[in-house]
Amino acid sequence: MLDLLTSFFLVVGGLFALIGSIGLARLPDLFMRLHGPTKATTLGVGGILIASMLHFSSLDSGLSLHELLVALFLLITAPVSAHLIARTMIHLRGGTGTVVDEREAGPQQGGTDQR
Amino acid sequence: MLNLAVIIAFVCIAVALLLNFWRLIRGPSLPDRILALDTMYINTVALLVLFGIYQGLTVFFEAALIIALMGFVSTVALCKYLLRGDIIE
Amino acid sequence: MKRWLPQPLFSLSLWGVWLLLGNTLAPGQILLGGLLALALPLFTVRFWPDRPRLRRPLRILTYILMLLWDITVANLTVARLILHPTRKLRPAFIRLPLDLGNDFAIVVLTNTISLTPGTVSADLSLDRRSLLIHALDVDDVEQTIARIKHRYERPLQEIFAC
Repeated sequence: MLDLLTSFFLVVGGLFALIGSIGLARLPDLFMRLHGPTKATTLGVGGILIASMLHFSSLDSGLSLHELLVALFLLITAPVSAHLIARTMIHLRGGTGTVVDEREAGPQQGGTDQR
Repeated sequence: MLNLAVIIAFVCIAVALLLNFWRLIRGPSLPDRILALDTMYINTVALLVLFGIYQGLTVFFEAALIIALMGFVSTVALCKYLLRGDIIE
Repeated sequence: MKRWLPQPLFSLSLWGVWLLLGNTLAPGQILLGGLLALALPLFTVRFWPDRPRLRRPLRILTYILMLLWDITVANLTVARLILHPTRKLRPAFIRLPLDLGNDFAIVVLTNTISLTPGTVSADLSLDRRSLLIHALDVDDVEQTIARIKHRYERPLQEIFAC
């Protein structure tokens, strides 16, 4: 039973990590690419960590919760890195953030983000 | 059952790493490469934890934690460098 | 009490992290972790110039649970958007006016926005009154802003008393 649950979390985690990386590879613009890794990959790693927690707790050495630390750390830092990367992109395109108007954007087909 | 799941997850993470590597090479801009590197770090954490489950050993946990720390710090350092031209002000 | 335990929640989480790192509940580790949890906040208290005041600590728990649920939903949403043809996506930059008066609360809100459905925070204005958000697929800008304000900013205002 526990094996089944562990396997489920493993497969789901792996799939989400894969989906996040597919997003990174095929979305057309940097700001859109940010969405894949910050969300899907984080949850993917979270799923694998939950599976690890279940697996090692089911062995006879007792409860194993230290994977929580890695999950917590990733949950806190992933948005920070995403925010910094977005800021860097805005900075490199010129301007300190006020340049990007709220109605700008629209799907930029390829090419616009080349520097 | 568990072995099969571990192998499926291994394949997923490996393909994910290859995709990240492709983005890392292709760019086109520097923040893209930083993002690809950051994602590679996170996927490596997943790979290490998976390897720990596969081998039945908990010793890989510390390595995973340290790689997660290094990934975050290096991403911040690279972004700071691009933003300010300097890391420590 | 106030003098020797300036940040009770910080101490508690330090203790928890120490025990998780060792992955043990041995009495010696509990004692050592407890001592560190008492000592470290005393040494670092000066690094927290603008410390948030917690008005309703228990509200944090419901906020975290809601956040975990939203993260799961966010992932399903983003996974669907990624696997669909990209032509249909309508990305947009949104400027969200902030009503939070505390730096720490703003950080929590920014992280929340990045982790929840289809939005990533991109830049904070210098005067800390507005936040630039990138959304992956927007129908209605006003509705997105209203949802964020209602669902995340209101509870944070209640928790941090600002």
